[in-house]
Amino acid sequence: MFSEAAIKELEEIRQKYPSARAALLPAIYIAQKEFGWLSQDAYEAVANALGVPKAIARGVGTFYAMYKHKPLGRNIVQLCTNVSCMILGAERLVDFLKNKYGLEPGGTTPDGRFSLVIMECIGACGTAPAMLVNDDFYENLTEEYIEEILGKYK
Amino acid sequence: MEKVLLKNTENPNSADINEYKKVGGYQSLPKAFGMQPKEIIEEVKKSGLRGRGGAGFPAAMKWTFASADPKSPKYLLCNADEGEPGTFKDRQILEKNPHLLIEGMVISGYAIGTEYGFIYLRGEYPAAKDILNRAIKQAYDSGFLGDNILGKGVKFQLAVHQGAGAYICGEETALIESLEGDKGQPRIKPPFPVNVGVFAKPTVINNVETLSNLPYIIEVGGEVYSKIGSPECPGPKLYCVSGHVEKPGVYELPMGTTLREIIYTHCGGIKNGKKLKAVIPGGISTPVLPPDNIDCKMDFVNMPKHGSMLGSGAVIVMDETVCLVRVCYRALKFFEHESCGKCTPCREGTEWLRKILGRIENGEGAEGDIDLMLSVSSNMLGKTFCPLGDGAASVVQNFVRHFRPEFEEHVKNAKCRFK
Ligand SMILES: Cc1cc2nc3c(=O)[nH]c(=O)nc-3n(C[C@H](O)[C@H](O)[C@H](O)COP(=O)(O)O)c2cc1C
Ligand code: SF4
Ligand code: FES
Repeated sequence: MFSEAAIKELEEIRQKYPSARAALLPAIYIAQKEFGWLSQDAYEAVANALGVPKAIARGVGTFYAMYKHKPLGRNIVQLCTNVSCMILGAERLVDFLKNKYGLEPGGTTPDGRFSLVIMECIGACGTAPAMLVNDDFYENLTEEYIEEILGKYK
Repeated sequence: MEKVLLKNTENPNSADINEYKKVGGYQSLPKAFGMQPKEIIEEVKKSGLRGRGGAGFPAAMKWTFASADPKSPKYLLCNADEGEPGTFKDRQILEKNPHLLIEGMVISGYAIGTEYGFIYLRGEYPAAKDILNRAIKQAYDSGFLGDNILGKGVKFQLAVHQGAGAYICGEETALIESLEGDKGQPRIKPPFPVNVGVFAKPTVINNVETLSNLPYIIEVGGEVYSKIGSPECPGPKLYCVSGHVEKPGVYELPMGTTLREIIYTHCGGIKNGKKLKAVIPGGISTPVLPPDNIDCKMDFVNMPKHGSMLGSGAVIVMDETVCLVRVCYRALKFFEHESCGKCTPCREGTEWLRKILGRIENGEGAEGDIDLMLSVSSNMLGKTFCPLGDGAASVVQNFVRHFRPEFEEHVKNAKCRFK
């Protein structure tokens, strides 16, 4: 079940669209925020709130890469390895995360502090290599800089 | 050239409505409302403005079709999905000049005859989302959006719709599906969105940069605008340059500036004095160019004459240390990941090509693998449902066309010498 705050947020968003169905993507985002990840319960809440069949909600949700379908760490490291980042050393940074933090692409550290998601281009190619940690952009990455950044996330 | 799209963006508060107004912002709106919608479309036609999202379609033509359709309401969608690898130009406008886009959208909405606009923003731009939402609120509070804009009775409602990480949603019909709350899979055309678009209503979809040209076109008139840059497709253009140049970044230059001038004059040449090996001129889906073919004018008309495309104006520069097999492999990995799965040639072809490229790069390529790639890719070309599959196939064909010896060397020596 959604919290009251989530229902209120969803109702506000719903007003922007001519149909409830169009609010499905934002509703899944809200569910992700509420439940941490998109469990069956989370989809149930979405389906009930919008009056959309659960199978449809889940079918749509699983199409998109940014919806999380398993529990992830407290902080999500989203590192781009597309071409502009790759030619400036992004793959070495993937190795660094593996060696230093035991963090594999798609994996989570045992303490649940970090998960690593490999991204396609995140629009920071001019300051490559780049990553997002949760909602924050970090650019011109080096190994030392990554250490410094990750130190801030507990 | 005076800056139009990036005007005032060196100001750290440029996204604020007051800073925008200080440099003449929202001055084109009253002027536009003093014109008939048809007159605005006529100015845009005179300006020669072409869509900046990749295809270069004349903006006025799209608007004419949509405004002529009797169905209502109509919709104006701004494509801010910016997913083409190498592209980061729209982000500059979204984060630093959001009111320019909003003013452009109100003008376009008025010209087309629509009261509803959405900005489809990629999920990977959380900062832009906050900045846009703040700017939209400011615009509502100042009477530039809402039910009675400037007290003139003009209505325009604007909202941000956040994508969730799917490159294909940049394709306009997939974007529509996604906005309607569905998987982002392209629709068959016709009917075209200008007649049957989002919620089955006439819909105009334009790129962020395209719509951001509107205030300036209204300010100076289509005639003056059309004198900037290439006569066949005029205007200011944002080129975003990444990779091995001294000064990567977004450059606003006249449309048709040559690739050589962009790389060597504006970006300070190749990083650390190394040699240029290859350039992808318009985002990863556009054909790669060898170094002896960079005297081409970067616009929609001239790039095809040089065997490539302007695309999104995303220039990726690669020096002599780069393994092009690896670049091609990474590109195909991207296309495989982003293929929406709707049609077989793309869904299966991208995976197959990625696998072949992977084994060549790993020194496990077999005799005949290169020709196999050419055969697989030519079986995709022209047979896919949308341009994503075509793009993937042509990436492989062009890398092999220009750099075949490097692929052959990987196979022959059973290793990659760049590792
Ligand atoms: C696979 C694919 C991805 C696309 N991605 C984008 C994009 O991220 N942004 C964009 O503006 N146009 C993108 N386009 C082009 C759009 O389909 C459409 O042509 C464009 O938004 C129209 O706006 P314009 O006329 O102002 O260029 C993409 C096209 C394809 C086939
Ligand atoms: S070409 Fe690829 S992305 Fe386009 S419809 Fe077919 S499977 Fe989907
Ligand atoms: S390629 Fe990494 S941000 Fe664009």
